[in-house]
Amino acid sequence: MPKVVVDVMPKPEILDPQGKAVLGALPRLGFQGVVDVRQGKRFELEVAGEVTDAVLAQVHEMAETLLSNPVIENFEVRVEQGVEQSA
Amino acid sequence: MKIGVVTFPGSLDDVDAQRAVRIGGHEAVALWHGDHDLRGVDAVVLPGGFSYGDYLRCGAISRFSPVMSEVIEAAGRGMPVLGICNGFQILCESHLLPGALIRNDHRRFVCRDQRLRIENASTAWTSAYAEGDEITIVLKNGEGGFVADEATLDRLEGEGQVVARYLDGNPNGSLRDIAGITNARGNVVGLMPHPEHCVEELTGAGTDGIGFFTSLTADWLATVSA
Repeated sequence: MPKVVVDVMPKPEILDPQGKAVLGALPRLGFQGVVDVRQGKRFELEVAGEVTDAVLAQVHEMAETLLSNPVIENFEVRVEQGVEQSA
Repeated sequence: MKIGVVTFPGSLDDVDAQRAVRIGGHEAVALWHGDHDLRGVDAVVLPGGFSYGDYLRCGAISRFSPVMSEVIEAAGRGMPVLGICNGFQILCESHLLPGALIRNDHRRFVCRDQRLRIENASTAWTSAYAEGDEITIVLKNGEGGFVADEATLDRLEGEGQVVARYLDGNPNGSLRDIAGITNARGNVVGLMPHPEHCVEELTGAGTDGIGFFTSLTADWLATVSA
């Protein structure tokens, strides 16, 4: 079943305290070389039937209305096909 | 006057807010998040807490509860609405107020007596104060950092829509030390600290919060369109 994925990220100009906490933890664990971390959210929406343009338009509306807060977050919508094994 | 206090699943301070409403001289009416009408109230308080467990974003789910459709519609007509802490977050998510509230910049929950300066004493909820009054009330939040873009901040300052500002240090990273704001009309006010906890000498940090519950006047309500 196809999934529509919505990635929500804090806008670049918005402080991301959670990302900062992760950034601070990495060197303590011995991981070097990471200079910034931004933490966001990923929504996986399983939809019934085909992912048509109309479905995608509706997902955009969901993302704008509920899944993200456009004041502080950006979002991206994309379709992820289910992993199907070829015979 | 009849002031409704909404209880959402996860509200904490609804009963304190009801009590503050009564001490302020009004009748408190309990409203439930699933209500489809406002039971004839003259004004509404959205209390603090963790409505819907703060799932998704603070206030994001509450904003779409049935009672909020009524509150948003009534606020548009001029009905006074006060959002405290989580209530402030709900007002921002509802776009009744600009901006948003994000996690405290220092990443810790803060709980303390907080000094504030009242910057706008002409809103429906602050007329009992004088501009420049300094008050101390309880502050307790994990996601109280007020943010908005520069243009919005400039507009808030320019139009006198900053209602209260933090003094003695910024407790949560709020831009321009903003603790509370109002809409252009002055009927909707959002405030991060908790005036409802500071209405009696017996508990809390004095009684500086009572003004938020004694400000409503008949004159104000007369401006609400039917």
